[in-house]
Amino acid sequence: MICQRCKKQPATVHLTEILQNEKRERHLCEDCAREEGVAVKAQINLQDILSGMLEAHQVVGKEANLTCPDCGITYAEFRSQGRLGCPHDYEVFAAPLMEVLEKVHGATDHLGKLPRRAGADLTQQRQLMQLRRQLQEAVESEKYEEAARLRDLIKHKEASGETG
Amino acid sequence: MKLDELILSPSPWLAPGGPQSDIVLSTRVRLARNVAGRPFATRLRAEERQDLEAYLKKAVIKALGARDITWFELAEVSEIDRRCLVERHIISRELAAAEGQRGVAVDGHQRLAIMANEEDHLRIQVIFPGLQLQEAWLEADSVDNHIEEQITYAFSPKLGYLTACPTNVGTGMRASVMLHLPSLVLTKQIDKVFRAVARMRLAVRGLYGEGTQATGDIYQISNQASLGRSETDILKTLGAVIPQIVAYEQQARQVLADESPAILDDRIYRAWGILTHARTISSEETLTLLSAVRLGLHLVRLKGVDIGVINELFLLTRPGHIQKIRGKELSESERDVARAGYIRKRLGSS
Repeated sequence: MICQRCKKQPATVHLTEILQNEKRERHLCEDCAREEGVAVKAQINLQDILSGMLEAHQVVGKEANLTCPDCGITYAEFRSQGRLGCPHDYEVFAAPLMEVLEKVHGATDHLGKLPRRAGADLTQQRQLMQLRRQLQEAVESEKYEEAARLRDLIKHKEASGETG
Repeated sequence: MKLDELILSPSPWLAPGGPQSDIVLSTRVRLARNVAGRPFATRLRAEERQDLEAYLKKAVIKALGARDITWFELAEVSEIDRRCLVERHIISRELAAAEGQRGVAVDGHQRLAIMANEEDHLRIQVIFPGLQLQEAWLEADSVDNHIEEQITYAFSPKLGYLTACPTNVGTGMRASVMLHLPSLVLTKQIDKVFRAVARMRLAVRGLYGEGTQATGDIYQISNQASLGRSETDILKTLGAVIPQIVAYEQQARQVLADESPAILDDRIYRAWGILTHARTISSEETLTLLSAVRLGLHLVRLKGVDIGVINELFLLTRPGHIQKIRGKELSESERDVARAGYIRKRLGSS
């Protein structure tokens, strides 16, 4: 069945209205129903709840503009998407994120498994990410010599990380 | 292993004979992991995605070479096949629908599946039949250790394994148990269970995960929080709660059998009658009816039907599988006819 209002989308909201003792049935798509102010009881998922929670969490201007130097995501972007851009975001957004973690998990400290090779030095991880970014930019601006140099450097760093 | 073989072979999470398998269909443990020094998957450009997938594929195959592992490039898999993999819980709906380079490694028993380039770089998933929380965790833990010998994970001492969504950070673990609870639904006590479960920081979802309705009276119960508690503690909570729900369901089954045997039998035999005689049937109705027949078999009010076949039908009658069985794309109404025919054939009626 097609929506009676926009005549494009499938009708998923079915209403029975009684106006002046006259019964009237209407079939609308969700968008039109929403525009007409009909509350649509949607399925709730964890993602929505998280977004809602992030929405409700009052971000002062300063936090909304927090930007990760590694992946370029802003806190405001994260709030609207619900997904972080890179591991370093957990440090860059630490202040507002801790409140989120407290709400979601009721805790802010890891008590579980530790990787056996926890040696993965955080500074080195960040360096790698920055190198990769430079590599991407070099490729995009067709600086192939520079790109080759960066690619070797990344390979070297990754390999030394694997053995250490 | 070929993809066709995998899709048409029995799935381990529906195999009868697991612990408590009259009520607990399966136990699943999933670990979310990311490679250090790279953006999360949603921030990757096409070439980076490709590069990462090749890297993960090499690392996973090297780590688990001793196992019988097959890697499937999902960009090259047809839509129907991807749908079947979702129905089998081998990949997520998100990975099936995503674009660009992405893959999944599956072992020969379909007990282990490792998704690459989902929202996290790696999602390691282990499924066991029946209630086997400890077994599933030990297996996932061991696979994780092997992969970690090849890959440096994004990890922080304070926050644990770092994930794209903060709801998974810490252990990165989601342990979930799939339960068949027809009597609690029938006696309208299921909401009570949900309320009790929510107080324990556990989540309830339908057969196909977040945002899906419980169909066929099948529910998944999983841990909500992944941070602040060890994997063992999370499993302990589930390990304490699930047997209680199983006991409630058993009680409800007894009450139904004692107090309203006619209503119960009517439900079971009507379901059997429709399944063995329908000429067109939707996948939702099928699940509802299979649920009643499954209950009837476990209560021994219906006999002479192989429970294994009924369990298998829960999966093989899903839209993707019915098209796979027919070997072609079918419209919804064509599927309903094909489904009814296939069910009659499997249940030995004509």
